[in-house]
Amino acid sequence: MESLWPQVERLLLGVSKPARYIGGEQGAQYPEHGPGKVAWMLLYPDTYEIGLPNQGLQILYEILNERPDAVAERAYAPWVDMEAAMRAAGVPLFSVEQHVAARDFDVMAFNLSAELVYTNLLNLLDLARVPLHAGEREPGDPWVIAGGHCAFNPEPLADFVDAFALGDGEELVGEINHAIAGWLAAPAPERKREDLRLTLAQIEGVYVPALYTSSYRDGRLAGTVPVMPGVPAEVAKRTVTDLADWPYPARPLVPLTEVVHDRLNVEVFRGCTRGCRFCQAGMITRPVRERPAEQVKEMVSTGLAWSGHDEVTLTSLSTADFSGIEDTVREIIDDPVHEGRVSVSLPSLRVDAFTVGTAAQIQKVRRTGLTFAPEGGTWRMRQVINKLITEDDLYSAVDAAFSQGWRRVKLYFLIGLPTERDEDVIGIAELGKHCVEIGRRYTKSVTVVASVGGFVPKAHTPFQWFGQDTVDELQRKVNLLREHARTTRGLTVRWHEPAASAVEGLASRGDRRMGAVIERVWRAGGTFQEWSERFDLALWEEALAAEGLSLAEVAHRHRDELEPLPWDHISAGLHRDFLWSDWQDALAEAAVEDCRWTPCYDCGACTGFGLEHVVASPVPPAGGSQGTGQDLSVGGRIPVRLISGVRSGAEAG
Amino acid sequence: MAEARRVRFRFSKTGKVRFTSHRDVARMWERALRRSRLPVALSQGFSPHPLLSFGLALPTGCESRGEYLDARLDEARPDEVSFDALPSLLTPLLPDGVVVQAAGAVALAEGSLQQEVASCDWELEVFGLSGEELQERVEQVLASPSLIVHRERKGRPTEDDVRPAILTLAVTHDDGPEQGEQPIGRFRAELATHPRGVRPSDLLSAFGTDVVLARACRTHQWIERDGARFEPLSVSGLGTDPVVVHA
Repeated sequence: MESLWPQVERLLLGVSKPARYIGGEQGAQYPEHGPGKVAWMLLYPDTYEIGLPNQGLQILYEILNERPDAVAERAYAPWVDMEAAMRAAGVPLFSVEQHVAARDFDVMAFNLSAELVYTNLLNLLDLARVPLHAGEREPGDPWVIAGGHCAFNPEPLADFVDAFALGDGEELVGEINHAIAGWLAAPAPERKREDLRLTLAQIEGVYVPALYTSSYRDGRLAGTVPVMPGVPAEVAKRTVTDLADWPYPARPLVPLTEVVHDRLNVEVFRGCTRGCRFCQAGMITRPVRERPAEQVKEMVSTGLAWSGHDEVTLTSLSTADFSGIEDTVREIIDDPVHEGRVSVSLPSLRVDAFTVGTAAQIQKVRRTGLTFAPEGGTWRMRQVINKLITEDDLYSAVDAAFSQGWRRVKLYFLIGLPTERDEDVIGIAELGKHCVEIGRRYTKSVTVVASVGGFVPKAHTPFQWFGQDTVDELQRKVNLLREHARTTRGLTVRWHEPAASAVEGLASRGDRRMGAVIERVWRAGGTFQEWSERFDLALWEEALAAEGLSLAEVAHRHRDELEPLPWDHISAGLHRDFLWSDWQDALAEAAVEDCRWTPCYDCGACTGFGLEHVVASPVPPAGGSQGTGQDLSVGGRIPVRLISGVRSGAEAG
Repeated sequence: MAEARRVRFRFSKTGKVRFTSHRDVARMWERALRRSRLPVALSQGFSPHPLLSFGLALPTGCESRGEYLDARLDEARPDEVSFDALPSLLTPLLPDGVVVQAAGAVALAEGSLQQEVASCDWELEVFGLSGEELQERVEQVLASPSLIVHRERKGRPTEDDVRPAILTLAVTHDDGPEQGEQPIGRFRAELATHPRGVRPSDLLSAFGTDVVLARACRTHQWIERDGARFEPLSVSGLGTDPVVVHA
């Protein structure tokens, strides 16, 4: 195991932000590689500043390095100037800790959090000098594994990835490590890649694309089936039942240089049952599993003492829904060990005045901006997407924010949603206008920012059958919104590039044929496509045309109930008929309530795996109507089944 | 140290950590000081931050054996700080390569490091020239009445004469290790900080395009008063005898 540091060091005076390539973070580990230890390179296929804070990668980093039979180091995508310098000097991809070449690892494991990074994955394999296609790899080549939310439609990367890991990785990573260690224990001449492929395919939650084949009829996917007996027809995700068993990251990485979330993160729960129909994360991570409040507080105080940060974010898909969130936050802030110097941030506020009250308690000093996500511009639209925020909820939240000293309110919306009409788009401007008026009652310098993203349908959601808006249609709606917002001083509209949404749709719902498209875009130099200055729609259109495909066919076309979908052999637990009926409910503008506090809809996420929600509070949170579909001013009365034996952090140690 | 409410640290920054920026160094000190639980004073206002004052920014990629930082201590909190203990308390809380060499009290009335430091000593290594050739080039540079370099300031191209800031240059005739095939030239420089600081890269551009910086290390920073030079905090003091600069 040779260190490439002397070669790397000579490149660093000539590149931007060289601290991205030196490692040295607090919490970085320098494990000794050797026989009997599977060497993992954990990769985030975007820049260091984006990738370092990723919690999934940090969790696996610690779990693997705790094992006697594994070592793990990290790598990120070198920025274009560093890539050019590396290629010119003949320096291959290296880990940041010990600057070990990627080829010296047994596994290259990618975190896939966003579709637009797929060309970066190819680029990293190439920089690593690993054959691009899984089928071309020799026994001495690293195993290319990928996990994360994007793995729930693995097909666009099926040509390049040896195995996908679906769902929570805490337990799964150990099982994969065990399988690889067994394969590596055999003498080198006896190692065959097909043997380990079969072994991996037997592990619940592992999908080995080479063991499946897709067929096509009339230019469309007809199905994806195993190529041999003994390979499961469907691969289901893994779910960790009790977060209390996994208090990770225990020693979070503290970078030497600036990154996107430069603060302590503590995950308070996983999963979400609000049931927002556009939200893939909420669908594929069910059920809700809360971390015991005691353990949250413990992780906050040890994490702050360890890192020296003065700010902690309590992370989850909807942190205001954490049972007893106000008490937890208050106890953190009032803990004398923090000497009154710690601030807590909640990444997503529920839209109601009550939640703003919690925020006021947290942000005693820095009241700069608050963010809410109504997502739809009209009540009709919000029923379609099942984001049940009434106008009263929003206006009372905004009133509370401005009256308690905030000056800037940011509102997140999606456009291009199913059944959307122009009045729904204009409704965004109307909501924004009203929020500005509310703010004016309290302060002259009101800023309301409406941030709109183009909706991209995702696999395993009720909207997976929907043909997304074309680039032109999204642009027309952006223009319409701007026109209606223009006359309101204090209201600003921000929007994402519509062309990027279209390309995201290619990867989110494409089948195996998308692999050749991704490869063409990469060969044409299309890396870092999630960076607006690097994104190039023309590269994608040319590649699609060369492969006989089109945006119209892959992204903009509605699917019918019986059409085989590229991810039909992948299961997030959700029954296809549940998703279809939820899709029909959406079209009928019918909402469903949060199943955490209401009877089960049998979506499949719990029942299919013998799981239940792990929620400490039997009643919904007080406050607005969001998600519960009822007047909560009287308090919730719907009983919930609590999983038995929810443990406290103290017991879980 | 009852009266000393400002503590000055001297530290080195060598090895991999030299590729972090000045802002990065500020953040790593803020975190280390929080973890140390030293009573560092906070600013007032909406975003309270620790009252730290750094000296001249060290360019990203350059090493140093003489960096300085002043921290204001909180008057209201009990005085339990022993200077002797500070280097060994803080060094483990800082990244590898950042070593606290000394700490001492500085009177609040003293000027800031930014104002007071007049010049810095550097050890420089270059690719492209060594030995006699380097000696000749150094003599040319010293003989020039002016040396115009083009650089960017706040995003705008500017022209500066760096010659007045070059106080001394001296080739080091030691046969250090060579890197691969390329010969390495070594020399020392003393560069003034006012009115416009000169960085090693600016100095090198005055040498010509055939000379490429391989390594730069700031070894000393100097305060001048009444014709005499002082270091902002002498290492020999090692905290027991805090050096407040008086002529």
